[in-house]
Amino acid sequence: MDTPTSPTRLPRRKVLQWFAAAAAIDLTDLPSFAQSASATTGYGTDPDLTKVYSPGDVWSLTLSDPERKTTVALADLIFPADEFGPAASELHLVDFIDEWVSAPYPNQQRDRDVVLPGLQWLDEESNSRFQKPFSRLDEAQRTAICDDLCAERPATPDLAKGARFFERFKAICSGGYYSTPEGWAAIGYVGNVASGIFTGPPQEVLDQLGLEQTVKDG
Amino acid sequence: MPTIPISKAKPEYDVAIVGSGAGGGQMAYTLTLAGLKCVMLEAGRSYDPMTETAMFQTGAQAPLGGSSTPDKDFGFFDATIDGGWDVPNEPYTQASDKPEEQFKWWRARMMGGRTNHWGRISLRNGPYDFKPYSRDGLGFDWPVDYDTVEPYYTKVERLIGVYGSNEGLENTPDSPEGVLQPPPKGRVGDLMTQKAGKKIGVPVVPIHRAVLTKPLDGPTLAAKLHPDNKKAQKIVARSMIQRAPCFWATDCGRGCSIKANYQSTTVHLPPALETGNLDIIANAHAREILMGKDGKAKGVLFIDKISGKEERVKAKAVVLAASSGETVRILLNSKGGEGVANSSGLVGKYIMDTVGSNLKGQIPALENIPPHNDDGAGGSHFYSPWWEYGAQKAGRLDFARGYHIEIGGTRKMPRGTSPVPGDYTKGLYGTKLKEEARRYYGSFVGLACRGEMIPNEGSFAELDPDVKDKWGIPVMKWHWKWSDHELNMAAHAQDKFTELIEAMGGTALPNPKKPGAKSILQGGEIIHEVGGALMGHDPAKSVCNEWNQTWDVDNLFLCDGSPFPSNADKNPTLTIMALAWRAADHIIEEARKGNL
Ligand SMILES: Cc1cc2nc3c(=O)[nH]c(=O)nc-3n(C[C@H](O)[C@H](O)[C@H](O)COP(=O)(O)OP(=O)(O)OC[C@H]3O[C@@H](n4cnc5c(N)ncnc54)[C@H](O)[C@@H]3O)c2cc1C
Ligand code: SF4
Repeated sequence: MDTPTSPTRLPRRKVLQWFAAAAAIDLTDLPSFAQSASATTGYGTDPDLTKVYSPGDVWSLTLSDPERKTTVALADLIFPADEFGPAASELHLVDFIDEWVSAPYPNQQRDRDVVLPGLQWLDEESNSRFQKPFSRLDEAQRTAICDDLCAERPATPDLAKGARFFERFKAICSGGYYSTPEGWAAIGYVGNVASGIFTGPPQEVLDQLGLEQTVKDG
Repeated sequence: MPTIPISKAKPEYDVAIVGSGAGGGQMAYTLTLAGLKCVMLEAGRSYDPMTETAMFQTGAQAPLGGSSTPDKDFGFFDATIDGGWDVPNEPYTQASDKPEEQFKWWRARMMGGRTNHWGRISLRNGPYDFKPYSRDGLGFDWPVDYDTVEPYYTKVERLIGVYGSNEGLENTPDSPEGVLQPPPKGRVGDLMTQKAGKKIGVPVVPIHRAVLTKPLDGPTLAAKLHPDNKKAQKIVARSMIQRAPCFWATDCGRGCSIKANYQSTTVHLPPALETGNLDIIANAHAREILMGKDGKAKGVLFIDKISGKEERVKAKAVVLAASSGETVRILLNSKGGEGVANSSGLVGKYIMDTVGSNLKGQIPALENIPPHNDDGAGGSHFYSPWWEYGAQKAGRLDFARGYHIEIGGTRKMPRGTSPVPGDYTKGLYGTKLKEEARRYYGSFVGLACRGEMIPNEGSFAELDPDVKDKWGIPVMKWHWKWSDHELNMAAHAQDKFTELIEAMGGTALPNPKKPGAKSILQGGEIIHEVGGALMGHDPAKSVCNEWNQTWDVDNLFLCDGSPFPSNADKNPTLTIMALAWRAADHIIEEARKGNL
C-alpha cells in the first residue's frame, strides 16, 4: 500500500538562460513586462499523473531576478514563520508563483498581467518612499507600505490599484502555501493517510457542535 | 488493460460493442461471461488504474498546485484522459450563442470512459420515475416499470458494491436485505445539515455510492450472480477478491488503484477479459454502423486514430454505448449520413441533463473546530432524497418533478487555490492572515440541487451540416432549452438551501452566479446527458423497445443513456448498467434461440 510522500523540496532555480539577455534591458521600461509568458503549451490532456513535478518542469519560469527578489520579500511578509508554520521562502513559494504567472493558461495569463505590473509598482513605491527596492526594505518599511494597501479605503487611486494586486498576489500565495503538508498543518487539514476504519468526527467535535453521530457501528 | 491491434481481430464476432464505459463495460461483462465472442471499440487509449492513478500525490507535487486548467478541467489529478469540456480534434457546435441555450458536452476519451472519475452516486429510480407521464401528464413513460428492472438493480449493486442504507422513503427504493454495504459515518457537514433538515422538514440520510466499505464476499456473491455458470463464478469471485475496501483517504475522482470503487476498468473489464471472449481495440473511433442489404447491422466502420485509416469489424449484433450524445452521432452518421434506426425521426430528440443549482453557506459554529480527518469515502456520504411528493401532488409547487440535495465536504485537501474565499481574509497578512484562514477553513457547507429535467422539443442534437472533426466526420450541433419546471425548481432549491443554512446558524454566501431561477447551471454541466433515442412501446413514437433494441434494426442495441425517456433526479449510471445487463440477457437468450 502507498504511504503519503513527503513534499518535494524545490531546488533553487538556476537563473534562466534568457535572463542574461533580459537583464540587459532596463527593468523600469514597462513594455518588457507586457510581453506574455513564453509561447509554450501546457501539459496537455494526458500528462503523467504519478510523476512528481517541480516548477519549471513543464514550462519555463519567466520572472526576472529582481521580480523574484520582490516576490520572495512580499510572500514572506504575507506568510512569515510563526507558530502556524514556516515562512513562504522556506517552502520555495517563489517557484510556485513563478510557475503560476509563467503558465500558458488563460487564468494564469490574466494573473500575470496583474502580478508583473504589481511587482513593478511595489518597487517604484518603495523607491519613492525609501529609495530602495522592496526586497531591501526593513520589516517596518515593508509593513508601512502593506498597511496602506490593506487600509479599508486606500488613500489614493494608486494605492487602490496596488491593493488589488496585493489581494490577488495573496490568493496565489495561499494556493501554493496551503497545498504543501506544512500548509495543511497551518490551516488544519488532516488526512491523506490510509486507515482501516473511518470513525467520523471525534466526540469532542460532536459535543462542541451539539451533534450526534447518526450512523451507528455495524 | 490488454488490447489487440485491428490486424489481430477475428473475421467475425457475435457482438461488437462501441464504448468501454458503464454501458459498454456492463454489456461486455454479461455477454462474455455467457460465452459470447465480443469485440469492443474504444475511441480513447488504454488505461491502467493500478499504475496510473495518482492516489496520495499532493498539490505541491503537481503543476499549479493541481488546480484546474483547460487541459484538466477538474484538476491535474482527475482521472480524465484526453477529455473535458473540449476534446482535442473533436469539436461540437451550438445553434445559439446564448449560454442558456447551449449544451456543454463533457467527454472522456479513455478506456473506461467517464467511469474512471465519476462521483459514484448510485441511486435507483423509483416506481414513479418509470411512469412520469402517467403521474403528471408530462414527458414520457418508460416501457418498463420498477418491478421489471428491480432484479437488475440488485445484480448491479451486488457486482459493483454500493454503500448506503434502506430508509423506506417514498419513491426512494430500498435494496433487498444484505445487498448494500454499510454506509460511512456522517461527517461534520453531513450531520449539521441533517440536524438543520430536521428543523425544517428536509430528510437527510446516507447516500448510495459505488464504494466498498468492506471486502466483497466473492464466492457467495458470484454464485448469486451467475447461478448456473461455474466458469463465471470462478472468474467473478477472483475478480471481487482482488478489490480492497476503501482506506478512507484520497479523492475518488482520481480513480482508485486498490479497486475500492466502481470503474469499468477495475470491475467490468477484468473479468470480461479473463473469459478469453473479449478483444478490445483502443484508439478506435466508431464512425458508422455497417448495414447489410437485409436491413441488419453487420459491424462497425471506425477510424484507427493511430494510422488515421478506416477499418471495419464484423459482428452478428452491434451495441452502441459511446455516451448518449456520441451514440446519437453514430446513428445519424451511418449510411453515409442518411441515418440508421431513425424511421421515427426521433434520433437526437429529447436530450436531457440534470437541473443543477448550488449554494454555499458560512457556518460560524464550524469556525476553529478541532482539526480532524474529514476525507471519508472520497465523495458524498449523506444526501436528501426528494421529500415534497405530497406538496407536488396537492398542486402546491410550481414545478412537477423532484430534486435531491448533495452535501459537500467541509475540510477538504487544498488544491492549488486559496482554501478560504478572499473576502474572509481581505486586508490581512502575516500571522493574522494565517489565524483567520485557519478559523474559516472548514466552516463552509456546500449544497447542490440535482433535479429532474422534463424532456422538451427545444433540447435536441443534430449533425452540423458544415463542421467536421479531424477525421472528416460531421459533428454534433446542440440546441437547448429549459422549461419553467426546471427554472422554478432551481429557485425553490435556492430558497431551501438558504433555509437550511440559516437553520445551521449560518449565512448563505451571495451566489456567484445569480439567485433564484437564474442560478440554474448550464445544460450539460451536471454531466448526466441522457436521451436522444428514447425507448417506448410504439415504434412510431420511440427509437428502441424495452430491451434497448432499435425498432428498425433488430440486431442493434443502444446501451448508454440514450434510450432514457426521462431523467429522474436519481443519477443515471446505475440505471444505465441495470438496463444494459437486462438487454445483454435478452441478446444471450436470442443467441441461444439461434436468432443472432
Ligand atoms: C465528474 C463526473 C461526475 C459524475 N458523477 C456521477 C455520479 O455520481 N453518478 C452517476 O450516476 N453518474 C455520474 N456521472 C455520469 C457518468 O459518468 C455517466 O453516466 C456514465 O459514465 C455513462 O456511461 P456510458 O457508458 O454511457 O458513457 P462513458 O462512461 O462516457 O463511456 C463512453 C465511452 O465510449 C467511448 N466513445 C465515445 N465515442 C466513441 C466512438 N465514436 N467510438 C468508440 N468509442 C467511443 C468514450 O471514449 C468512452 O470511453 C458523472 C460524470 C462526471 C464527468
Ligand atoms: S476514497 Fe476510498 S474508494 Fe475513493 S479512491 Fe480513496 S480508497 Fe478508493
